[in-house]
Amino acid sequence: MATLLRMEDICKHFGEVVANDHVDFEVEEGEIHALLGENGAGKTTLMNILYGLYRPDHGRIWLRGRPVDISSPRVAISLGIGMIHQHFMLVPVFTVAENVLLGMPAPREPLLTLKQVAERVQHLSQQYGLMVDPYARVEDLAVGERQRVEILKALYRQADLLILDEPTAVLTPGEVEKLFTVLRNLTRQGKSVVFISHKLDEVMAISDRITVLRDGRVVQTVARKDTDKAALARMMVGREVVFRISRPETCRGEDVVLRVEGLTVQRRGERPALADINFCVRAGEIFAIAGVDGNGQRELAAVISGLEKPTFGRVEIEGQDVTALGPRGLVRLGVARIPEDRHGLGLVMGFTVGENLVLDCFDQSPFCRLGWLNFRAIWRRAMTLCQEYDIRPQQPDFPARLLSGGNQQKLILARELSRQPRFVLAVQPTRGLDVGASEFVYRNLLEQRQRGAGILLISTELDEVLMLADRIAVIHGGRIMDILERDEADLERLGLLMAGVAAVQRRAVAVAPEE
Amino acid sequence: MDNLIAFLANLFSVDFWAAAVRFATPLLFAALGEIFSERAGVLNIGLEGMMLSGAFGGMLGAYYSGSPWIGLVVAMAAGGTVALIHALISVTIRGNQVVSGAAINIAVLGLTTFLVRTIFGVGQRPTVASFDKWPIPLLSDIPVVGVVFFQHIPLVYIGYLLVPISSFLLFRTTWGLKIRAVGEHPLAADTVGIWVAGWRYGMTVLCGVLAGIGGAFLSLGQLNMFLENMTAGRGFIALAAVIFGRWRPFLVSLAVALFGAADASTLRLQALNVQIPYQIVLMIPYLLTFLAFIGLVGRTVPPAALGLPYRKGER
Amino acid sequence: MDISPTEVIETQARRTLGRRKDRRTWILWALRSSAPLWAVVLAFLIGAVVLEIAGIDPLRAYGAMLDGAVGSWAAVGLTLQKSVPLILSGLGVAFAYRCTLFNIGAEGQLYIGALVGTVLALYVPGLPAWLHIPLCLLGGFVGGAIWGGLPGYLRARRGLSEIIMTILLNYVAFWFTSFLVHGPIQEPAGYYPQTEPVPDSAVLPIFWDAGRLHIGFLIALAIAALVHIVLFRTALGFQIRAVGHNPKVAQHAGISPVRNMIIAMLVSGGLAGMAGIVEILGVQRRLSDFFSPGYGYDAIAVALLGNANPLGVVIAAIFFGALRAGSNMMQRSVAVPAAVAGFIQGITVLFVVIAGAIPQVHVHWGLRKERHG
Repeated sequence: MATLLRMEDICKHFGEVVANDHVDFEVEEGEIHALLGENGAGKTTLMNILYGLYRPDHGRIWLRGRPVDISSPRVAISLGIGMIHQHFMLVPVFTVAENVLLGMPAPREPLLTLKQVAERVQHLSQQYGLMVDPYARVEDLAVGERQRVEILKALYRQADLLILDEPTAVLTPGEVEKLFTVLRNLTRQGKSVVFISHKLDEVMAISDRITVLRDGRVVQTVARKDTDKAALARMMVGREVVFRISRPETCRGEDVVLRVEGLTVQRRGERPALADINFCVRAGEIFAIAGVDGNGQRELAAVISGLEKPTFGRVEIEGQDVTALGPRGLVRLGVARIPEDRHGLGLVMGFTVGENLVLDCFDQSPFCRLGWLNFRAIWRRAMTLCQEYDIRPQQPDFPARLLSGGNQQKLILARELSRQPRFVLAVQPTRGLDVGASEFVYRNLLEQRQRGAGILLISTELDEVLMLADRIAVIHGGRIMDILERDEADLERLGLLMAGVAAVQRRAVAVAPEE
Repeated sequence: MDNLIAFLANLFSVDFWAAAVRFATPLLFAALGEIFSERAGVLNIGLEGMMLSGAFGGMLGAYYSGSPWIGLVVAMAAGGTVALIHALISVTIRGNQVVSGAAINIAVLGLTTFLVRTIFGVGQRPTVASFDKWPIPLLSDIPVVGVVFFQHIPLVYIGYLLVPISSFLLFRTTWGLKIRAVGEHPLAADTVGIWVAGWRYGMTVLCGVLAGIGGAFLSLGQLNMFLENMTAGRGFIALAAVIFGRWRPFLVSLAVALFGAADASTLRLQALNVQIPYQIVLMIPYLLTFLAFIGLVGRTVPPAALGLPYRKGER
Repeated sequence: MDISPTEVIETQARRTLGRRKDRRTWILWALRSSAPLWAVVLAFLIGAVVLEIAGIDPLRAYGAMLDGAVGSWAAVGLTLQKSVPLILSGLGVAFAYRCTLFNIGAEGQLYIGALVGTVLALYVPGLPAWLHIPLCLLGGFVGGAIWGGLPGYLRARRGLSEIIMTILLNYVAFWFTSFLVHGPIQEPAGYYPQTEPVPDSAVLPIFWDAGRLHIGFLIALAIAALVHIVLFRTALGFQIRAVGHNPKVAQHAGISPVRNMIIAMLVSGGLAGMAGIVEILGVQRRLSDFFSPGYGYDAIAVALLGNANPLGVVIAAIFFGALRAGSNMMQRSVAVPAAVAGFIQGITVLFVVIAGAIPQVHVHWGLRKERHG
């Protein structure tokens, strides 16, 4: 097969972050080439460069042996490159035909004669087995169908190379099968596909070749028949743990602090974001939920934080049913929640340090008497906490938005942990923090563990999980794949689970993967 | 009671319906303009100001040239210029569209009042050349219908044509598809190569031009002079009509006809000394629109990106 | 999901700001925070251009305006008198804005407040002034509160646009009031569309003779102080501001955005309603058709210019009051139409809107010893 695409020595950085580090990438005609890696590995950046959304700092691109300069999506489209993004670019109130036509010259400009367009769409649809009704409104279509519309858009524009960015993230297993059939149809008829994913099973099921990226670099490019899931998992996640904190011996008590039963979150017409989650967290333990971002962590955190109600299931904290309690109730119960997003969930950036520190208790004595805010008490608390948690500058009237990321996170920790909680929910607590700040977070979590609190840690950082957790659950596609004790867990095992491969050794029969 | 019967009888009189058409026309132009603007995602609260500037500009143009047609052109330019300012603030500077529109109304009111008093003095208001009625041959002879629809000034006929033309443009051309895409999902439109800012500017200015024509109707058609604040809230009525008519030209023209009829009936009510106070009648269209908006009378779904500034690269 | 480039660059920018003062940052910060000032100056400049084109000497016109605004005690009194409804309704709009809501309905709430208050003034006779006045003021507040609370509720619970709802309700309020003063509550003589004069027990007395200023001004100032206290010193204000800054964060912390938005609109409408009744009881002494020359719409400009801050609102309201008083005098003395002031007002707001779109940058003041990077 001839080489269709060659990306040579691509480098791209954003500020100090290196997204692509001397990446070489090739696609042959008629093949399905998977780009495998965790979030942040650089897969999407590389493809955005190919599609003209970014310009590389360095490197070249060759298409059919000729060098090309892709300065915008328009250019990419004209070169026969089509991209199907993770978030669909479809106008919901328009029909399929209208969406496909949008931006393209109509058969009889400027008249909007959709008949011809619809016919062409039908034709393409049949040719590649896409099965989409051109007159259906996009907002009435299921997610899988919408994705096929995106593919149709690319084909209508005569794309030869289709880039699919995490296409199965939102598909049900049945829809995934349909997608794979379509992809095989496409390649049989000469199209080429780049399939960006972090899911091992799918990559092994569909690709001809696989390129693994990690931290912006190519680990290896292999043919599918020359590799297996274990090897790929190792390539995907293998890294050295940067630093260690000694974790004291098990403090785990017998009391169950958090119990989650049958938790399911499902929106109409979509695959469940969470499907029948069951686990419990005991006092004095750190229970971590590891997994690649986008596999249900957000929804799980939202339910346990009280922001969302699950479709089914229940959540109990110290025996009390808190499923429908809401954030207010949880705050009153003394539950500590360290949210994923400092800006969007954790701190009011327009408020000062002092105000943020009383966000949970501003309406209780001593900070408030008869509706009146007691500024002295607030100031005192702020000073105390700033000292205790080393928040700089130690000024209660300092605007929160001017603090560095590390200090902002300390602010959240101070507020939540000073409550001496029995249960702590920590979601991505070290995201965007440097080494020193991260270390501070870990120390505090371990202290709480020592104190006897139960901690639920939801994190995508494996080193963090391996360092802190007593037990580790891996979440994939909204399900708990398995729960391991710390000593049972290693990178390879976790990697496999995170990529969707169910535990093989634990069960008698090799279980077919979920998707 | 007799008065009530007399009033209701009046409802079936041709004069009344002809008046309703006349009252509805300025609203129609403004509302159609607003449809284009909002379909492209730009909320234009300054419609009132644009109409007023058109009324003033029209009067000025007719005054100095002696021809209402020149006045019309000036009116269109005036409305368009004001709209250009709003577009600049809304699309390029990405400022708050609501406050911008409200400020434009205040500024235009002040400016037109000031200018008319400065140029023409405080008391007298000059009359200007205005449009004559052009009865359409043949059609105007049809009993009832002829009087109601076909014995008006030419602007009314332009208005009639504009409704199906607008509908056609919006729903049956690729231009309309692009406009609607820009108002529903500008990011998707951008990714397929549509120039979002360009279309938004264009539709906002178009809105201003049409609103200007609506204003010109007031000073060159309904009356033949300019009175301070002569739009008297019509711009807001047009806004309400757009919502009531679900951003669709034909439905909006019905809404506008309803409002025009309400307007026309107030004079008749006053003349006949009827129990139903004219203020209540004037209040009803707003009340109805309010109820429609809050969903008691069907669902109103505006263009998804209405009023939201678009930044490249943002979801 | 890869890191978005803007996210990283912003983080970078924030770190460097701590260390050295970027010239560009300084300029942006200065532009944005002094916006009310240069907006006004620029607007006056443009006004001067318009005056010139119309053949009027701008200095003469502005001089007369200044004279009419502050040139004598009577002028000062008039300025302050005209600022009263603007202070109150401006506070209302500002209060709603503190909870992310755009209350365009101040005008309608003003009318309903005036209506309820006037009815109480006229039809609850025989009360001593110290009872009657507070009763009417309270009635005005309640009337406006209801008129603002309805769209507030719909916005909070169902997410409908309060902008559109309040505009529509303005007209309903206006025509309803008009209907009433033409009929049911019209003065017995029946000539003009207005009510009887309110009884003396409901009239707001004048406290400053030279300026002929009624105590409504003091009431407005007191309410401004009250709003400041509520916003910045009570738990309620804390909640409202939290929701105003970021409803999601507030909800996560257990603060209810719905509850607070409704409260904000109730208070906002109530304040506008008070503006209406204070104007009636203090100045006009009777409710008539068209009694408000657009105070409610000006309130939006006042709140914006005052940066949604009670002190700023008072200053902006006095400024707009000065514009009104001054321009009326200017029209009488040098025959320049007062409407030019309206034009200047509108242009001022446009500039403030433009300033609002300047990106918010952070300038960190001094404190070199603390490295909080």
